[in-house]
Amino acid sequence: MTIDDGLIAYLEDLSCLTLVDDEKRRLKGDLREILSGMERLGELDTENVPERSHPFDNANAFREDEVHASFDRELILKNAPDLSDEMFIAPKTVE
Amino acid sequence: MLELSALELSSAIRAGKLSATEAVSAYIGAVERTDGQLNAFISLGKERAMARAKAVQQLVGGGKPTPLTGVPIAIKDNISTAGTATTCASKMLDGYNPVFNATIVDKLERAGMIVIGKLNMDEFAMGGSSETGAFGPVRNPWDVSRVAGGSSGGSAAAAAAREIPLSIGSDTGGSIRQPCAFCGVTGVKPTYGAVSRYGLIAYASSLDQIGPIGNNIDDCAALLSVISGPDDQDSTCVINNPFDFSGARFERLDGVKIGLPRNYFADGIDEDVKRAVLAAAKEFEEAGASVEEFDMPLMEYMVPAYYIIACAEASSNLSRYDGLKYGYRSDKANTLSEVYRLSRSEGFGLEVKRRIMLGSFVLSSGYYDAYYKKALQIRALIKDAYSGLFERFDMILSPVAPTTAYKLGENIDDPMKMYMGDIYTVSVNLAGLPAVSLPCGFDGQGLPVGFQLIGDAFAEEKLIGAARVYQRRTDHHTKRPGGAA
Repeated sequence: MTIDDGLIAYLEDLSCLTLVDDEKRRLKGDLREILSGMERLGELDTENVPERSHPFDNANAFREDEVHASFDRELILKNAPDLSDEMFIAPKTVE
Repeated sequence: MLELSALELSSAIRAGKLSATEAVSAYIGAVERTDGQLNAFISLGKERAMARAKAVQQLVGGGKPTPLTGVPIAIKDNISTAGTATTCASKMLDGYNPVFNATIVDKLERAGMIVIGKLNMDEFAMGGSSETGAFGPVRNPWDVSRVAGGSSGGSAAAAAAREIPLSIGSDTGGSIRQPCAFCGVTGVKPTYGAVSRYGLIAYASSLDQIGPIGNNIDDCAALLSVISGPDDQDSTCVINNPFDFSGARFERLDGVKIGLPRNYFADGIDEDVKRAVLAAAKEFEEAGASVEEFDMPLMEYMVPAYYIIACAEASSNLSRYDGLKYGYRSDKANTLSEVYRLSRSEGFGLEVKRRIMLGSFVLSSGYYDAYYKKALQIRALIKDAYSGLFERFDMILSPVAPTTAYKLGENIDDPMKMYMGDIYTVSVNLAGLPAVSLPCGFDGQGLPVGFQLIGDAFAEEKLIGAARVYQRRTDHHTKRPGGAA
């Protein structure tokens, strides 16, 4: 399949990444090679094979609806790159 | 003291011949002496470890000592430790201090073990050589110009170099087993759902599993008993009770049926690896097991299916890193969108970006059916194939990797070659099965070779029992880098 600048830009948007030129050049080549290796999956007839997204067929795990202490808010906020009182600071989003 | 097994060390501490503080002090000394060369540790919590050792020592006489009381341990740096940096070897988690312990960390502490530090790895566990991390590559103790394997390279190298008697790794597609093979140590990838993943920073949630690494199977079995068991915080941890391997002690393996995948030994495997692994199969025959060859189905589809699924899950899991709530934030960003994009672009390394983009691709409109859906169907076929095999065999014996440890930098620019190095390990994760990785000799250059025993889901006791018989009959696991036994 064709891996062109348009597809790389589309994947950057989906991935929320902005690559530098050298990364774009390398990833274009890498994706071409990796995806061509993956195309062999198409050889296999999987009609009527169910998809398996997990190793086991898990049922829901239920528990009693009990109140437990949560984490300390101050401690959690200490990890934020920028904060004010009890809030994360983000750039203005509404003009 | 550094040559004692973890179980022997704990026995000596419990008998009053040594103290927990002496043990911790000796291992911290070992790290300080050798880790400048190996780079297996990302951080060493010296003061915290010494304080904890004193507290453990006070409990030795009373309380309820366990077989691993007083034993120092180090943990792969993708496992959360409250109040101490947990980086995933990524700039993205720069300055991040979890507010909670992973469940397994609490379990280690309850068992009287002492965490002395956090171990180097591939960034976010994405890699097979421990070269993709932000803190530099881990070097192999057998030859420091070579990789330690990955992604749990620090965990394996530290155990091999006797910087630590036991360590914790995680295995998403071979990340415990392959570094164990490259560094000549023993490791266990448990059944999916046997060990809680709460606090393990997610790479691919349906594949990730935490497991032990050490210098022999008895130490690893003791550690697996400690960390396994159900957890209210992880509903996928479906095991009912922690493992108890005290019954898995056999003299011989009469009646045990072992399958040997013939096609794993055909193309692309080093001759020295093949010879050493086949010699291990012979050893099992001499111990009474029957070894029968078979053709492993779907071999050529395993690596592509694995990378599609792992990258798809990674692209979703790593979307949480937004530069707002914790971790790295770009100082060049002016808008919210730039905070997201620039923080992620500057915070993640190239291999992580490659996998996020690949995952975004296989999940994207127009490609989902041909890639992601197809890979999930092949995952079902692989799981069914293993179910059929375990009707014929008790376990499967296979190489861990097609080569021994390669030179640093040799494969880092060739992702496809790196991915193909996972050919023998990834199907185990796709099917959620357990496997033990054991040293079985050396190649012509003196580098360790490993093999794995793969079992049916929750058949760890069988695998541990067989591994114990093997290590009682052989001495590969007793060899140390530098020629000392």
